[in-house]
Amino acid sequence: MAASTQPARVVVIGGGLAGLASAMKLAELGSKVDLISLTPVKRSHSVCAQGGINSCNDQTRQLGDDEWKHLDDTVYGGDFLNHQPPVKEMAFWAPKVIELMDRLGVPFNRTGEGFIDRRRFGGTLYKRTAFAGATTGQQLLYALDEQVRRQEAAGAINKFEFWDFLGLVQDETGRCRGAVAQNMNTMEIRSFPADAVVVATGGCGLIYGRSTMSVFCTGSAASRCFQVGAKYANAEFIQVHPTAIPGADKLRLMSESARGEGGRVWVPRTPQDSRAPRDIPEADRYYFLEERYPEYGNLVPRDIATREIFDICVNEGLSVEDDRMCVYLDLTHIERSELDRKLGGILEIYEKFQGVDPRDEPMKIFPAVHYSMGGLWADYVKSADGGLEPGAPRNHMTSIEGLYAIGECDYHYHGANRLGANSLLSCIFSGLFTGSSIVNYAASQSSGAADVPQSLLDAAVKAQQERHDHLLNGNKDSNENPYLIHQELGDIMTRVATVVRKNDQLREAITKVDELHERAMRVNLADTGAWTNQNVIFAKALQDMFPIAKALLRGALQRDECRGAHFKPEFIKPPLTSDDPAERRRQAEAWCDAFQENNEKYLKSTIATWNSGSNQPELTYEDVDTSLIPPRPRLYGLVGAEAIEEVWNERAAALAANNQTSKPYAGSH
Amino acid sequence: MIALEPSIKNRPEFINVRVRRQDAPGQKSYWELHKIKYEREMNVISVLQRIAAQATTVDGKKVSPIAWDCGCLEEVCGACTMVINGRVRQSCSALVDRLLVENSDEIVLEPMSKFPVLRDLMVDRTRLFKGLERVKGWVPVDSYYNLGPGERISRDDQERNYPLSQCMSCGCCLEACPQYTKIELTREEGESQEAFEARKKAAYEEAFVGPHAISQAMLFNNHPTGKALAAERLDALTGPGGIAACGNAQNCVAVCPKEIPLTTSIARAGRATTLHAIKKWFDR
Repeated sequence: MAASTQPARVVVIGGGLAGLASAMKLAELGSKVDLISLTPVKRSHSVCAQGGINSCNDQTRQLGDDEWKHLDDTVYGGDFLNHQPPVKEMAFWAPKVIELMDRLGVPFNRTGEGFIDRRRFGGTLYKRTAFAGATTGQQLLYALDEQVRRQEAAGAINKFEFWDFLGLVQDETGRCRGAVAQNMNTMEIRSFPADAVVVATGGCGLIYGRSTMSVFCTGSAASRCFQVGAKYANAEFIQVHPTAIPGADKLRLMSESARGEGGRVWVPRTPQDSRAPRDIPEADRYYFLEERYPEYGNLVPRDIATREIFDICVNEGLSVEDDRMCVYLDLTHIERSELDRKLGGILEIYEKFQGVDPRDEPMKIFPAVHYSMGGLWADYVKSADGGLEPGAPRNHMTSIEGLYAIGECDYHYHGANRLGANSLLSCIFSGLFTGSSIVNYAASQSSGAADVPQSLLDAAVKAQQERHDHLLNGNKDSNENPYLIHQELGDIMTRVATVVRKNDQLREAITKVDELHERAMRVNLADTGAWTNQNVIFAKALQDMFPIAKALLRGALQRDECRGAHFKPEFIKPPLTSDDPAERRRQAEAWCDAFQENNEKYLKSTIATWNSGSNQPELTYEDVDTSLIPPRPRLYGLVGAEAIEEVWNERAAALAANNQTSKPYAGSH
Repeated sequence: MIALEPSIKNRPEFINVRVRRQDAPGQKSYWELHKIKYEREMNVISVLQRIAAQATTVDGKKVSPIAWDCGCLEEVCGACTMVINGRVRQSCSALVDRLLVENSDEIVLEPMSKFPVLRDLMVDRTRLFKGLERVKGWVPVDSYYNLGPGERISRDDQERNYPLSQCMSCGCCLEACPQYTKIELTREEGESQEAFEARKKAAYEEAFVGPHAISQAMLFNNHPTGKALAAERLDALTGPGGIAACGNAQNCVAVCPKEIPLTTSIARAGRATTLHAIKKWFDR
C-alpha cells in the first residue's frame, strides 16, 4: 500500500538523545516507531555528557550575540570543515530546542530570579551554555526517555531493548526496506520491515580501546551500514578531549564546564615538583593556557587545549608525575557551595574514582579520545535563506535511499573540531528536524513497509544467521581471542591516530590493522552457547570496528595538513618570524597565500566507500558548503596573528566588494 | 593517582574472585572461583574484563565468559548494579583496593536477588521501568513544537527537583527494600508471547511499585506542567502496591549511590496521598 494512506512505519536504531528525539517526534507526526537499542535507552551514552547545551539567548543577545555568531563560532572552531547550511539551521533552532527541553521538565540550573542560568564554554566569548548541574546529558536524555515512555504507553512506539542491530534489508534497487536485529538474550534474529530506517548510534570510541565513551560505542552499527554501501565521511576527525581522568578500564571525562566555571590548568614550573600543589606558590606555577592564549585562556577550543597539554607533558617534560602524564586542573580557588551547585556531578565522579576531593586538591587530568566528528555521510537540501529546507525527504538521508543518519554518527555539524556543548544540540536538533523529512519520504513511496517481499526479509535474516553460526562454530582450530585483539587494536590506534599524527606511523599502522582484521575474522569464541552470549555479540562488534578504523587511518594518512583535531607536525604553518614591519607584512602575505592554496586542496570532506572485494576503504573528496561564512585562518594564539588577520581582512573585503552577494563576516576574532 | 588505601600493607599478587553463576533463567546457580593478577587502580569492571579475556577458572577449567551488564563505567547510566561482597552497588565504582579492605581473601560477586536472573550477573529489570510508567513519570506537554519557554522555576524548586531527577534506575533501592520481592514468572505451555507479557504486567502492577517510582511521582508532581497528572499519580500510589506497601525500613536511602533523598520523597508521597484521599472523599 502507498505509505501515504497509512502511518509511516520507521525503525530507529539507537536510543540516545538523537534516537529518542527522532522517535518522539515521529510518534507525534503519527508514525509507528520500532526503537532498537543495545541497552535500555535510559542508559545510552548521552548520559555521560556533562557540561551543557548551547544557544544564543536573551542575555548574550544584549551583548551583541546572535544565531549568526553561534554559526560563526561553530564553523571557525571546526576549521571550516562543517557544512554551513545545516549548522545555520541548527544555530537558529538552538533557542527553541532549549525551550522545548525546558518544557519537558529538564531541571536546568536557575538564576536567582528563576531564569535558565548560563555558563561559558570553549571556543566562544559568550555565555551560551544552559546546564543541569554537571549532568546535563543525563537530564536531557531522561526528559526524552520519559516522553518516549509516554508514547510507548500510548502505543505509538515499540521499544526493543537489548537488541543488537545487525544489518539492513535492501531491495534490488539498493533502497533500505528495514533492518535485521538480534535479541541479546534469546539470540533470536528477526527482521523489522520499515518505510525508513534511522541510525542514531553515536560514536566509535571503542576502536581506541579506552576512551571517554561507554562500552557500546563501538561504531559497529554505522560500520554495518558502511559495509553495505553507505558512504562514511571525515573518519579521521576524532576529538581528543583535553581533560579526562586516566583509568584502567575507562578514561573518565572531566567536563569542560570545570574550566567554564573558572577552573585553571597548570603545571609546576619545576619538572615533577615534589611539593603538594597547594604549597606551590603562584610564581612557581605555569598557567600555560592562560599565558599562551590570553584572549580565550583556559577556554580555547578543545583541539588546541589538548595539543598544549600533550606538548607540556611530552615535549617540555613538565608532567605533574614522572611515571605518568598529567597536568593539574584546579578548582580549589572557587567557593565549595558554588562548586557543589554547578559541578557536583563531575566532582563526585573524581572523588569516587580517585579518592581525592577536587574541592581541596587540584585534579590530575590528561587528554582522551572523546567524540567522532565524522560519521555516515548524509545529504541535505539547502533552503533559499541558506539553512535547510524543512520537510525535504533528503535531509539527513545517507547514500542508501531510505536510510537516515542523525546525531554523533552523522558528519555535518562539527567539521574538524567540535565546540563543547554543541553535541547535545546537534543530536536533539537532528532528531527533531528530520521527523517531517522522514514522514514525507515515506509518504512519497508507492511501496512501503507492508509491501516488503517476505523473501527479501528472509534472505536478510538468513545472511545474519549464517554469520552468527560461523562465528560460533567456524574457527575451531584458531586460538584468536576477540578481547586480546581489541586491546591490540586500541593500542595501535591510540599510539598513531590521536593527538599527533605522522605519516610513517600511519603507514605502519595500516599494515598492522590489516593483519589484525584478518585475525579478527577467525576468532574462536569461549562461549558457543545460544543464550545471552555476550562473547559472540562482542566478536561481531570487534570485526565491524575494522572498516571504520581503516577509513580513519587512510583518511589521516592522505590528509597532509593540520585542520582542527587532525594535526600533523610535518605540515604545520609556521608563525611569522620577522619584527621588521615590511618583512612581516610580506611574511603575512605569503602565509595567507599558503593558507588559500592549502584550502583549495584540503578544505574537502573525506568520503570513504567500502570495497568488500579488497576489504579496504576507497577515498574520494567532496567540496564543503562554505557559502555563508567564507573560510578564514584559525589564528588562536599564533605568533603574528594580527599581521595575518590584517592581510586576510583586506583580501576578504576586496572579495566582498567584488561580490556583493556574499556577506564578508571576516575577522570577528 | 588513586588514593591507595593505606591499610593494605602488602598488595596481593593475585586476587580471588568468587562468582555466583547461572546459565539461564530458572536454572540452579553455582559458584565459580577465578584468580586474576592484581593491578593498581582496578575496579570490578576491569576484574570482570580480565576474567572474560582469560575464560579459565582457578582450576584451569575452560569456561564461558561471565555475563554482566555495564555501560558508562562512571556511575551515571545505572547498568552495572550487582551484589558485591554482600552489598548492592555499581561495579564500576567498586574499587578493588577498597574491597580488599572489606575482605582481603576474595571478592564475591552475585546478581541482584530481586530480579529474575537472565544469566550470571545479568538480571531482567523490566519491572523497574514498568514502575515509571505506572506513576506516569513524564511531563504531559501538548506537543513537541516550538511553543516558547516553560514556566519560570525558582532556584529552590530546581534544587529540590534536580537530585530526584538524577535517579539512574539502577535498582539498588529495590534490592535493599524488604517490601520489594522478586517476581519471576515463566511462560506456560501454549501461552503466546503476548499473553505472557500481559500476565507479567498484571503481576507487576499488583506488587510494590518501589521507592524509585514513588520519588519520580513526587518529582513530576512538583513540576508546573507535570502537576497536571498529580491526581492520577496519587491514585496509582493509593492503590495496591502503592505507598501503603512501604514498610519504612529506610534501606533504600542508605544504599542509593546517588544519595537521592528517597525517604523524604516517600514521606511527601504519604502526606499527599492522605490529603488526596480525604479530598476525594469530600468530592464524592
